[in-house]
Amino acid sequence: MAKLARLEIAPAKLEQYRGELANVLGHVAKLKSINVDGIEPLTSPVDSTNRLAADQPGATLSLEELFMNAPAVEGRFIAVPKVLAEENS
Amino acid sequence: MSAPFTDAVSIGEAVRSGATTAEQVTKEFLSRAQKANASLNAFHEIFESEAMEAARAVDAKVKAGKNPGPLAGVPMAVKDNLATKVGRTTCSSKMLEHYRSPFTATCVERLQAAGAVVIGKTNMDEFAMGSSTEHCAWGPVKNPWDTTRVPGGSSGGSAVAAAAGLCGFSLGSDTGGSIRQPASLCGCVGFKPTYGRVSRYGLVAFGSSLDQVGPLTRSVRDAALTYQVMAGLDDRDSTTADLSVEDPMKDLDTPIAGLRVGVPKQYLCDANDAEVNSCINDALQRLQKLGATLVEVDLPLTDIGISTYYVIAPAEASGNLARFDGIRYGHRAALKTGESLDTLYSRSRAEGFGPEVQRRIMLGTYVLSSGYYDAYYGRALRVRRLIKAEFDNAFTKCDVIAGPASPSPAFAFGGMNDPLKMYLCDVYTVNTNIAGLPAISLPIGFAKDGPHSLPIGLHLQAPAFADAKLLRAARMVEKLFPDILRQAPHS
Repeated sequence: MAKLARLEIAPAKLEQYRGELANVLGHVAKLKSINVDGIEPLTSPVDSTNRLAADQPGATLSLEELFMNAPAVEGRFIAVPKVLAEENS
Repeated sequence: MSAPFTDAVSIGEAVRSGATTAEQVTKEFLSRAQKANASLNAFHEIFESEAMEAARAVDAKVKAGKNPGPLAGVPMAVKDNLATKVGRTTCSSKMLEHYRSPFTATCVERLQAAGAVVIGKTNMDEFAMGSSTEHCAWGPVKNPWDTTRVPGGSSGGSAVAAAAGLCGFSLGSDTGGSIRQPASLCGCVGFKPTYGRVSRYGLVAFGSSLDQVGPLTRSVRDAALTYQVMAGLDDRDSTTADLSVEDPMKDLDTPIAGLRVGVPKQYLCDANDAEVNSCINDALQRLQKLGATLVEVDLPLTDIGISTYYVIAPAEASGNLARFDGIRYGHRAALKTGESLDTLYSRSRAEGFGPEVQRRIMLGTYVLSSGYYDAYYGRALRVRRLIKAEFDNAFTKCDVIAGPASPSPAFAFGGMNDPLKMYLCDVYTVNTNIAGLPAISLPIGFAKDGPHSLPIGLHLQAPAFADAKLLRAARMVEKLFPDILRQAPHS
């Protein structure tokens, strides 16, 4: 699960999480006691309709503002570690 | 009542009338906040020069005869998961330790336009996940009534700032009780509006179908006024309701004739602290004497709310927090030669997120994974519809539903070390968010615990979009306890 959630967790810590999460899931299993036959899922408490914005250009953030929180910037790009070579290895 | 404990409405009136200046007020609150922060840790950042500059701008408007707004010169504290151009927006997480937002949240902008002055950002449970503000990367926040106890959470810093008179009012966010429970534990008013009433633009998302921004204040009229300023349609949040906002100030002081107060038997159970039950019963009896009718209502799905919430909220959180990958913003881990991009993601996330956030991301990932989706997430969404229907049915018999916001007063630090035990504390507040209802907690009494008195709050819930009526009912309760607001020993 940690792998799926992209979390690098040490084995000892993993054991602790396993116990805690098993506990929570054990409690959550109470959901099975409720009869939900024929009930539709409710994803949002309000009836939301798709509201479309007018197709007009508006103000956007500047490049400087967009990059001010980036951990590594090179010129006009956000720098990341090598991707392709590692994918192939 | 001493000056720091006057409410935001009074401060705004005094500044507008020229009885005082925004500069004077801001200076006083900044000094109180700075002094108290050493022991309470309510604020992560306090903005002295920016706040004074904003205050002088308000004074200039007053001097020039321009309308400075209803909240002229009122110092406001902002929860650190609301984006502000001033200072950082960290969500009390190492992941966002250095994050500076290029924009300001709509709700903050609207309050600033009404004259409010941002004096600082408040500490919280990391990414709003917690009920004690112990899960804060910048250290725990202390309860001003007893510093060995928690302030509640996740808006713990905002509740302390409002209750201890370190600001005129504060902003919090409420995904499963994060405004109301800390308000109850710290002795202030905490209001969570109907889902869709206040824009979430600029609120760092936790559970998008549950999150709502709201105020923490020292009076019900402050909750009403700040809500009025913030509420309404926002083009930048498509979930804001396209419905006109009923003026919550107009009839606020007029009691509701024949108010029907729903009392679910599930809310006053033996699992609650005895003093909580006796305070709630006392408030209900006083309301009855005032002419309100107490109606027994049945909410048998109250208990299942925790299971429903702790599937839906982590599921939404695991999706919302997937954006923190160490690439465009936030913490980026160091890699050794030959390590992969995948390691960069997982190490950055493991180093940046604290344990409670990691637990909830894994829980959310689990309930959304293909083999378990139907059994957990799908089922929880169906139970969600049943919970909403149960409320709809109850509201055919009553105007508001009353009960405690928390089963106990403030607990000691470390008292809820087991995550499940902590989750169970949210039993009276999570269903409100599951159904998208408005709700408020306001102080009605104290539990005596050794030499310390600990505040207890009354929790009122109302039908969706009945926010103005809910505030009126809360104002009726507030008038029954005229001396309830008092200075906490550590403020």
